[in-house]
Amino acid sequence: MKLVYFARVREALGCDGEDVDFPAAVQSVGDALDWLVTLSPRHADAFADRSKLRFALDQRMVKSDALVAGASEFAIFPPVTGG
Amino acid sequence: MIRVSVQREAFDIAAEIGALEASGVGALATFTGIVRGGDGVTAIELEHYPGMTEASLSDICEAAQERWALTGCTIIHRVGRLDVGAPIVLVVTAAPHRAAALEACAFLIDRLKTDAPFWKREYRGDTALWVEQKASDVERGQDWDG
Repeated sequence: MKLVYFARVREALGCDGEDVDFPAAVQSVGDALDWLVTLSPRHADAFADRSKLRFALDQRMVKSDALVAGASEFAIFPPVTGG
Repeated sequence: MIRVSVQREAFDIAAEIGALEASGVGALATFTGIVRGGDGVTAIELEHYPGMTEASLSDICEAAQERWALTGCTIIHRVGRLDVGAPIVLVVTAAPHRAAALEACAFLIDRLKTDAPFWKREYRGDTALWVEQKASDVERGQDWDG
């Protein structure tokens, strides 16, 4: 799956995205985060405070209980601050 | 008529109002957001999620059109680096009567602040800090659900 990162999350990870193959146990957005934090200290740091993270699957905002199966793009970013 | 645009360049407020005026309505309302100074801020920089941003702005406009009798709405949001005092966002609504135009205009900017994937960074000289989402903005966005 294609992961894309924005703003503070992008900076914390040092990249604007990556391709990952989630293990079968990863079903929800929350499961995906549980797995992503094991990838590196950078990931652990970037995803440590989940209250400061928001998610989109195929460019639609979702909550952490949304299922990732079937999505092709999974975005992780901080709360939005436009306007 | 829905028009959304995410762009680096400045917008022409008179031209945008004129485009909706031409639809022959009784009321037009506009909101313009300006880059706020104070607290040492010299400029801001806006990042967004290309594709999702435009789709979310269109969704917000469609939600407004379902709720109020609008003949048109326009949202233009700038991205990139903007100096203090620069116009950053424009919302224009057109309706047969003023209440719909005014309420929909407030709805659109409130929802934009909670639903559209933009992120703002403030510059104080060479120091840049990401802006935190305000709880009051989230509450205003949710108030429209009530």
